[in-house]
Amino acid sequence: MTEFLQQLINGLALGSILALIALGYTMVYGILRFINFAHGDVFMLGAFAGFYLAPKITRVLPLPSVAGGIAVLAVSMAICAALGVVIERFAYRPLRKQPKLTMLITAIGVSLFLENAGQFVFGAAPKRFPEILPSFPIATLGGLSFNSNQIVVIAVTGLLLIALRFIVLKTRMGRAMRAVSFNPEAAALMGVNTDVVISFTFALGSALAAAAGVLFAINYPSIDPLMGILPGLKAFVAAVLGGIGNLPGAALGGIIIGVTETLVSGYISSTYRDAIAFGILILILLVKPSGLLGKKEIEKV
Amino acid sequence: MNFRHAKTILLGALALSFIGLFFGSQISSYPLFVSYNIGISIIMAVSLNLINGYTGQFSLGHAGFMAVGAYTSAVITNHFGELNLFTANAVFAIALLAGGLAAALTGLLVGIPTLRLRGDYLAIVTLGFGEIIRVILQNMDAVGGARGLSVNHAWTNLFWTFGLAAVTIYVIASLVNSTYGRGFIAVRDDEIAAEAMGINTTKYKVTAFIIGAFFAGIAGRLYAHSTLYLTPNGFGFMLSITFVVMVILGGMGNTVGVIIAAILLTLLNEGLRAMADIEHLPGFTVERPLSWLQDAHMIIYSLLLIVLMLTRPQGLFTLRKRNN
Repeated sequence: MTEFLQQLINGLALGSILALIALGYTMVYGILRFINFAHGDVFMLGAFAGFYLAPKITRVLPLPSVAGGIAVLAVSMAICAALGVVIERFAYRPLRKQPKLTMLITAIGVSLFLENAGQFVFGAAPKRFPEILPSFPIATLGGLSFNSNQIVVIAVTGLLLIALRFIVLKTRMGRAMRAVSFNPEAAALMGVNTDVVISFTFALGSALAAAAGVLFAINYPSIDPLMGILPGLKAFVAAVLGGIGNLPGAALGGIIIGVTETLVSGYISSTYRDAIAFGILILILLVKPSGLLGKKEIEKV
Repeated sequence: MNFRHAKTILLGALALSFIGLFFGSQISSYPLFVSYNIGISIIMAVSLNLINGYTGQFSLGHAGFMAVGAYTSAVITNHFGELNLFTANAVFAIALLAGGLAAALTGLLVGIPTLRLRGDYLAIVTLGFGEIIRVILQNMDAVGGARGLSVNHAWTNLFWTFGLAAVTIYVIASLVNSTYGRGFIAVRDDEIAAEAMGINTTKYKVTAFIIGAFFAGIAGRLYAHSTLYLTPNGFGFMLSITFVVMVILGGMGNTVGVIIAAILLTLLNEGLRAMADIEHLPGFTVERPLSWLQDAHMIIYSLLLIVLMLTRPQGLFTLRKRNN
């Protein structure tokens, strides 16, 4: 039982990170009906932004410290938000009227570009992420042992989810996002500037991915330019699992994938770990293609 | 492609590759290896073109089928020791069929559950299947797992490579030009209309997948017996992307364009690698001044893909978009 709870906490930490990435996929899909393949690489860039920022931030704030950690997290999020806007502006916006496949291929191109340019600029060898938060083991009841960082990951994810929910449901921009996602033409006719809304969506999604990147690096401190591929794909699976286009679904899907993967590698076999997410994907697409919380869409002629 | 002469062209290509066999021994090993790669790329790109170009199903797992063919055939030929020319080619032919059939069977297994999906979902699922094949190979101790599998016989030659490339082109080109084959194009152009016209779209999609996978398996067998060392990671997502780029560059559903793209991209790849290996250049004091090209070639690849999509989404060698 102790071991199970232990695995559950590990799974929740991993699942929170996947949930943050999945939200970016699902938001962009909800608005543009297109899978932003490069999203996993924005996650990687978030981690690297944190890596290069940490030495600069030590000049102002001490590291590891809570304030310093928050500063690293916030600045990486801002950098990646800007990056997400730039990617959308130059790679995706010119193609908005083209078939979806064209955009998908471009997204694959952007993803490959970020990975390979990353290897070129940062070097292919894994780097050690600096300690930006004071971490200490927490031992509680029944011999359960976990690290404060895991709690930080789960807590920060929770806060970001609440913030996102507030933005989407309570602000003008959030209402515009929902309107564009519901019907872009009608929203444009009602005076919503769809270009701004789409840019904002990319900024928001990329910021969440960057947060996931930094949180991932805090928990698993070895980062490399290809680290975004698998979490990116798994997060996409999470988004599909929860029902793509559905925000609570993406968070739920992320948690489910993270926990399942951790339990499988803990109890069955760790070598098959990377195949689990794809197995879940195939299963969900066969049984309930609209996802756990998604609405069924009927294609019209 | 003018179809009245297709058979003549096929026979001519077969004869040429047979003649090439006799010159093969006189060519040094590196150009020979590059030409094998060109032939393999042609087979992969043309067979992927049937799925992605003609049938309009976006598959990102073609390297997975290649892996199945490569491993199956390598396991078969590794059972044999030194053989004389005739038996060696007979065994090689059996390995060819086995590799192709194993890949086709995988294509069937992948195709039936996934092909109900469309567009980007299908892309992700095929990618997922490609990854699953890789993970399974990594966990199979019988074929060396993650350590890899060495192949004992270097049986790939010019005849097999280009003969099979010619057969692949012939079969796929005549298939899509046949009455039956119009169904593939109908599925691509408008799936709902095709269904309304009584075309069994799922059957067509699965057929395209099986045939494409069969030829990918054949290419895998050629690859196994020319590189002589297989690792599961060599058949990853990146390799699938390489073939996708060939299809896109050539123009989806344009066989001639795809063949040209396969040749050009393979040469570009090898050319960049060769340039990176140049020891000295006038005006440079450092050794291997262009070694950065080794790392840059994937950057060039990806930029090529983005720029191509932004400027000529119909491909380099397709003159204009057909009016719908």
